[in-house]
Amino acid sequence: MDNLSVEHLIGIKDLTKQDIELIFKTADSFKEVINRPIKKVPSLRDITIANLFFENSTRTRLSFELAEKRLSADIVNFSAASSSVKKGETLVDTVNNILSMKVDMVVMRHPNPGAAKFLSERVDAKIVNAGDGTHEHPTQALLDAYSIREKLGDVAGKKVVIVGDILHSRVALSNIFCLQKLGAEVMVCGPTTLIPKYISELGVKVENNLRKALEWCDVANMLRIQLERQDIKYFPSLREYSMLFGLDKALLDSLNKDIVVMHPGPINRGVEITSDVADSKQSIILNQVENGVAIRMAVIYLLAGKIDR
Amino acid sequence: METQEIINSRHFELTLNRLCQELIENHGDFSETVLIGLQPRGVNVLTRLKKLLETILGKEVKCGALDITFYRDDFRRRERPLIPSATNIDFVIEKKKVVLIDDVLYTGRTIRAGLDALLAFGRPSEVELLAFVDRRFKRELPIQADYIGKAVDTLNEERVSVEWKEIEGEDKVLLFTPTNSNG
Repeated sequence: MDNLSVEHLIGIKDLTKQDIELIFKTADSFKEVINRPIKKVPSLRDITIANLFFENSTRTRLSFELAEKRLSADIVNFSAASSSVKKGETLVDTVNNILSMKVDMVVMRHPNPGAAKFLSERVDAKIVNAGDGTHEHPTQALLDAYSIREKLGDVAGKKVVIVGDILHSRVALSNIFCLQKLGAEVMVCGPTTLIPKYISELGVKVENNLRKALEWCDVANMLRIQLERQDIKYFPSLREYSMLFGLDKALLDSLNKDIVVMHPGPINRGVEITSDVADSKQSIILNQVENGVAIRMAVIYLLAGKIDR
Repeated sequence: METQEIINSRHFELTLNRLCQELIENHGDFSETVLIGLQPRGVNVLTRLKKLLETILGKEVKCGALDITFYRDDFRRRERPLIPSATNIDFVIEKKKVVLIDDVLYTGRTIRAGLDALLAFGRPSEVELLAFVDRRFKRELPIQADYIGKAVDTLNEERVSVEWKEIEGEDKVLLFTPTNSNG
């Protein structure tokens, strides 16, 4: 098998099906590694990685850090809140300063769509996009698809519905690309105001009734309402949203089949899903988190293999 | 390319049997010993030895497969990334005697990585090495095998391939020599 077709991981849109399968196969091996008594391999001991987080994150940041540490890379962390960005430094200047300290790879989360691509064209390091505004969040989509593959055996032919704030969600867009490349059918479900106008051009079904969407699907990926990105009111109240698009145990049990419930986190319990659903047997939310480390190890390992010395 | 058969199928069986007897001589009933095959091709040697040993001893011998991809010292010096195989060691090797098993011992670098990888599963009391074919005098590291199926003298341009009836259809060891070689 060949190496990845890309030099950076900017978005799932740039990947081929073979790339995704290579990442999954590599992640299988890393999943075995992180369940060993000693969860660390020395592959990347000569690589330095900078984690640049211009936006808040818990899971993704910890997951990337753990992945890097388990590959024995050296890491430096940076968050916007405590940096010179506040003093007016530009993105390229910030990153070039970090790179002159001999960094080989940059993992970046940024509030502006396209920030990762912009950076990859201007600096000499491998870039991994850890979320750029409302654009893409490729490692999340990879770990979601990987978790579906683990739970259901395969992604091809499966029906996946993404529920919630599709308009502001980078997870939704990356998931649509990833699932479609692997041969799954995708539907989006949410209030019309939170569904992008031209989304059906991506080849996804659109549904405004949650029950109908759930009856159609094998997997439901429940997204959070991204209030921090909503500049105007898109629906009357969270309570109304929750009544129409929230998944509770009664609704889940009333379906005539066992669907798989996913959530990329952070969960707003009681809004998009209730606690008993999040903690139910059908939920694979914590498996997603575990798989996240293996997927990120695979992505970093494969990209690091392309660094010339 | 010139091909030479250095071990035929009859000789192959004899060699495996002799290696079993040597192992039994040193490890008795294998109560404190585990056999670990290196992925991918060392596992073939392991599978066959395990079968023979269990027939002779009449009991199960603990075995595992170890992949050393992430421990190699030539990561990023190759054209393509190495695709790992599965590691399958479902026991702790702490205080056990370990016999590492590979099909061909050449530069010793795979074994070096194997020793490193092994430590992730505990601290063995001792580690030995079994090589089905030893390309002697070609070592780049100070590593020697304790059990050797056959020692061969080879040139660097040559290639040694151990073939198995389960995979290639016949048990044999082949030596490939490029025709332009004057050695």
